[in-house]
Amino acid sequence: MNPKIQLIGVKKHFGAKKVLDGVDLTIEKNSSLVVIGGSGTGKSVMIKCVLGILRPDEGTILVDGEDVTHLSGAARDKVMTKFGMLFQGGALFDSLLVWENVAFGLIQGRGMKRAEARDIAISKLAKVGLPEDVAYLSPSELSGGMQKRVGLARAIAANPEIIFFDEPTTGLDPIMADVINELIVSTVRDVGATALSITHDMVSARKISDRIAMLYGGKIIWQGPTGEIDRSGNPYVDQFIHGRADGPIRMAVKA
Amino acid sequence: MNIFAGIGAGVLGLLADIGRLAMFTGRALVALVSPPLYGRLIMGQILRIGYFSLPVVGLTAFFTGGVLALQIYLGGNRFGAEAIVPQVVVLGITRELGPVIAGLMVSGRVAAAIAAEIGTMKVTEQIDALTTLATNPIKYLVVPRLVAAVISMPILAGIADSIGVFGGYVVATASLHFTGSIYLKNTMDFATQGDIVSGLVKAAVFGFIIALMGCYHGFHSKGGAQGVGAATTAAVVSSSILILAADYLLTSVLFGR
Ligand SMILES: Nc1ncnc2c1ncn2[C@@H]1O[C@H](COP(=O)(O)OP(=O)(O)O)[C@@H](O)[C@H]1O
Ligand SMILES: [Mg+2]
Repeated sequence: MNPKIQLIGVKKHFGAKKVLDGVDLTIEKNSSLVVIGGSGTGKSVMIKCVLGILRPDEGTILVDGEDVTHLSGAARDKVMTKFGMLFQGGALFDSLLVWENVAFGLIQGRGMKRAEARDIAISKLAKVGLPEDVAYLSPSELSGGMQKRVGLARAIAANPEIIFFDEPTTGLDPIMADVINELIVSTVRDVGATALSITHDMVSARKISDRIAMLYGGKIIWQGPTGEIDRSGNPYVDQFIHGRADGPIRMAVKA
Repeated sequence: MNIFAGIGAGVLGLLADIGRLAMFTGRALVALVSPPLYGRLIMGQILRIGYFSLPVVGLTAFFTGGVLALQIYLGGNRFGAEAIVPQVVVLGITRELGPVIAGLMVSGRVAAAIAAEIGTMKVTEQIDALTTLATNPIKYLVVPRLVAAVISMPILAGIADSIGVFGGYVVATASLHFTGSIYLKNTMDFATQGDIVSGLVKAAVFGFIIALMGCYHGFHSKGGAQGVGAATTAAVVSSSILILAADYLLTSVLFGR
């Protein structure tokens, strides 16, 4: 056992709405964990708590055994250099060129020279299958799939120890989704990183994970090795992975 | 609903807003004094905030100076004091109208643009992305805009002063029978350094207000396109009101009344 990230009793509410209600989760070093759960169950909120973008109301978050729950300022920036993150909508900076996006963490976060950072950015773009001329385009000129690839290149640009993927395949056609899945698997392996992904796409979840956990009602209700998901014996998990409308999970019509 | 509950909720909401704004301002000031300062970004913002505001500020200042000369002439005429036009124009423009006109114009152009840009970055998670790239969003987005606005506004106000006085000169000489050389001499003799400097100090404060309101409303916009639209409006309205309120306060402080 060698935990890279631990969430202990993490709670977060917005107004009267409890989104996370005591999440306990451990991510082993160099493993790839996927958290599944319906839309609006708080998957994005959970990773934003780990990243310090949102502050949990209660609970503790450990990264490499260090309590990062209440870090801010320079101490927070320092911890952030361990992380790379692929956002749900890409979140590319539309005022910057593609290569400047990819090199952003190197230039701003680590103070690298622009020319050197550009070379690294171009090699990272090649890693995700994008040719050099894409580097000089603006993000708004790219298709959704290409934006995801650029987001991926940006996430891995600084060789992070930990990479988060927020719904990496949502909104892509099945073929592009598979391309992204392959890229995730290969980049995580190449960089030797610990990965945490969240998705409701079961095809993607099976492909990119070695463990799966399910978030429901603000808690982790099941977790286990990917191969065991079909034998979980948990009616919530069964309903989710088979995509059935009937079952213990009642979809709230109002999010 | 009970009317007292409504008033109470309104007051609590207002207090919460003031608290949020105070905290935001505090964070911006801390980020301002802690290195590094992104010089490249500041230059870019000076270009956007200052340089591109020149046409609109110049044009409005010209007409303001012109109409001021005309009104003072017509008003002064009633008691035979129309010769005072150059003195009142230069006083009104440098102390008051130059900085205020520049402030309101830049507020409409720049506070709106800043709020829209930062608001869009907020709702598309670009601000969250900055955090994950080990970059403090306040330092990267807010500080350069604040610094650029505080530098640009006195320059714009100085230009507005010159063009406003020139507008008065054009109207006075072209249609009010003033002699150019006498008009200019009276202007130069009357205006003091204090009049001009007080106006430039005001302009710097207005610049701070404009950038702060644009950034604050952008950072706190929620929802999608509608939220960004609301933030843009709020930025322009609040910065315009604060500029006029600050103008009154600064005038009473600077001129001891
Ligand atoms: N900053 C916020 N303020 C208020 N409510 C939020 C905020 N972020 C998320 N929520 C709410 O928390 C719930 C979970 O959101 P999210 O984590 O994005 O879901 P998902 O599992 O689809 O990623 C949603 O109902 C959302 O409306
Ligand atoms: Mg989400």
